Amino acid sequence: MKVGLLHSLIRKEEKYLIEEFQSRKNIELVLLDDRKAAFNIGKDKFDLDIVVERCINHSRALHALTLYESAGITCVNSSHVATVCGDKLLTSVALAKEGVPQPEVRVAFTEESALQTIEEMGYPVVLKPAVGSWGRLLAKINDRDSAEAILEHKTVLGSYHHSIFYIQKFVEKKGRDIRSFVIGDKCVAAIYRTSPHWVTNTARGGVATNCEITDELNDISVRAAKAVGGGIVAIDVFETGNGLEVNEVNYTMEFKNSISTTGVNIPKLMVDYVLQKVEESK
Amino acid sequence: MKAECPVCAATIELLKDAVEGELLECPDCGTELEVISLNPPTLEEAPKEEEDWGQ
Repeated sequence: MKVGLLHSLIRKEEKYLIEEFQSRKNIELVLLDDRKAAFNIGKDKFDLDIVVERCINHSRALHALTLYESAGITCVNSSHVATVCGDKLLTSVALAKEGVPQPEVRVAFTEESALQTIEEMGYPVVLKPAVGSWGRLLAKINDRDSAEAILEHKTVLGSYHHSIFYIQKFVEKKGRDIRSFVIGDKCVAAIYRTSPHWVTNTARGGVATNCEITDELNDISVRAAKAVGGGIVAIDVFETGNGLEVNEVNYTMEFKNSISTTGVNIPKLMVDYVLQKVEESK
Repeated sequence: MKAECPVCAATIELLKDAVEGELLECPDCGTELEVISLNPPTLEEAPKEEEDWGQ
């Protein structure tokens, strides 16, 4: 069996996956560096049974997955999952369609309509780039003065996709949120991310501790994963007075801080899932 | 396998299972480095974060 691992920089996560694939019998692992990749649309033939996407750039991941799939290769995750998870607006639409609880989200396309929308929602709100990650360029807006200033800055200084105003009602999360890991139809592990800052991403200094997987957490995590198309995804979950709500879904999940924290061998479970997908596609 | 840090010229011992593209940190100067080649062992400063990086 030939498994392609699509990557750019090899981070700890990719190293764990490489080691896990190489420990399995009858697996030939082919490392595919997206910086060296080139495609010939309609003519490519790849001698691979599956491609596992681990790119660091969202745009490369999305397009490479589309190209591999167009050449008949099964990919984990699929280009559909990358498309939905790579865009918060599409994620919110998918969650809403499946009735998965999420914070109130509104969208506007101009400075004026965005300001009016924020005033209607009430403060504070969080303005997010629809396409973005690692908590970059998030803005918590506490009052009209800051709303006017941030909207003007985004309009004048931002590239075109910053003029899609994705506005989320701020959720008071008491210093922590939950990151759950879903593989297939099971939530396999979860961590709390605790930070004195309202942005709790571990990439921004949030500290990881183990989180027990309750029935409610498993249910909302698996439902969120299915809503975006399934596969291997990490769900960001808020604990609110109304129960759990899904903040976002990540399709190239980072887990290096979560193996020892949870005691779960996440890369092993990921590799099991990938090999199962190959068997199913035969 | 020994390589040289391109920033501070420290000698860095690469692990046996090192792969091209792997990230590592220079133990002397702390710079984040990428393994560019294994033969000969070559390191470069890791690329800077881009706008669409991340999960």
